Amino acid sequence: MKIAVPVINDSDNPEIAQQLGRAPFYMVYDTEAKTSEKIVNPAQDSPSGAGVKAAQTIVNTGSAVLLTIRCGDKAYEVLNGAGVKVMEAFVGSAMDNINAYEEGKMSELETIHSGHHGKGA
Amino acid sequence: MNIAVLSGKGGTGKTMVSVNLATVAGPSVYIDCDVEEPNGHLYLRPEDVEREAVDVLVPKSDPDKCDGCMRCVEFCRFNALAYTLDRLTVFTEMCHSCGGCKVICPKDAITEYPRTIGYVESGKSDNVKIHTGIMNIGEVAGIPIINRLLEKIPESGNVFIDCPPGSSCSVMESIKDADFCVLVSEPTVFGAHNLNMVTELVTVFGKPFGVILNKDIEGERNPSEEYCIENNLKILGRIPFDKELGLLSSEAVIAARENPKFRNLFTEIFNNIREAAL
Repeated sequence: MKIAVPVINDSDNPEIAQQLGRAPFYMVYDTEAKTSEKIVNPAQDSPSGAGVKAAQTIVNTGSAVLLTIRCGDKAYEVLNGAGVKVMEAFVGSAMDNINAYEEGKMSELETIHSGHHGKGA
Repeated sequence: MNIAVLSGKGGTGKTMVSVNLATVAGPSVYIDCDVEEPNGHLYLRPEDVEREAVDVLVPKSDPDKCDGCMRCVEFCRFNALAYTLDRLTVFTEMCHSCGGCKVICPKDAITEYPRTIGYVESGKSDNVKIHTGIMNIGEVAGIPIINRLLEKIPESGNVFIDCPPGSSCSVMESIKDADFCVLVSEPTVFGAHNLNMVTELVTVFGKPFGVILNKDIEGERNPSEEYCIENNLKILGRIPFDKELGLLSSEAVIAARENPKFRNLFTEIFNNIREAAL
């Protein structure tokens, strides 16, 4: 199974990114192989719809789970539509979050915000 | 002549100036392009109002034809499309109706259908024709409504285009057919700052323009006037910070209809606009 986490850089043990749609990279962790790869977020500088594009990128990785601190409504619709579980992550490293998820210490993200539509325009 | 009234800052008196100018210049046309919060109709109280819907075309996908190549998703620069589990999701409010997804689809799976984003209401008030753009609550882009409004501009006659505040897309769209721009300012640092922004905007568009100093207090410092003097901008007139004018306006009464003093004031400003526009 693959787990996706938005991260702030592509180092070996990056911190989780506070934002989902504007995160620079996504770390995709394979629980069987215990390996991870970093994917550049093509939506990082999108003038609009970053959440949708980011969610599409995560869906395309084949991840079954996303660990994130925040998630907008449109991104959630895409992820949910693809059957990706969205879990509530905490500030810290991506691996600490992945370990917490694997130990069953994480619950589903309940607060879905209404996005940042037009706020930067 | 098409005269756009703009200001950068909200609350400087665009609408008050527009309706009074439209009144003294009558017969005239008043167009409210402030589609997010149109309020010129509160002054003009139009009669015989007719309403037409403004639709935009948005895509939908036929799941039987779509093979999930995702070319449309990659093409959409507004990220209004997503493809998950064999189906295309369209976030219609993010769609800019460019039609690109339909063109790029190799399977001819995408069709477009109209979606109403707002209305144009047209009516009459004495010698002023009124067209008001109204964007539905929750919509993000009113440009199609502004374009529909601008189609109402007659071949000749005096047209007053009441613009939205600010200096972004919707204002640029509103002034595109203007022969002359009237910049309404107020005597505050904020007013002068936004006057500066909107001056840059009309300069970029190469529009002739002049400034009205609203809420002007004789003998007191006026940052917007200072800006005009420093930059050698044409001052079209001054509207005094007058209690009677303020009271009439707060009751949404057109001062030029009510009191000859104000009729003369706005007639003089209108004459100055005509002279400056020559």
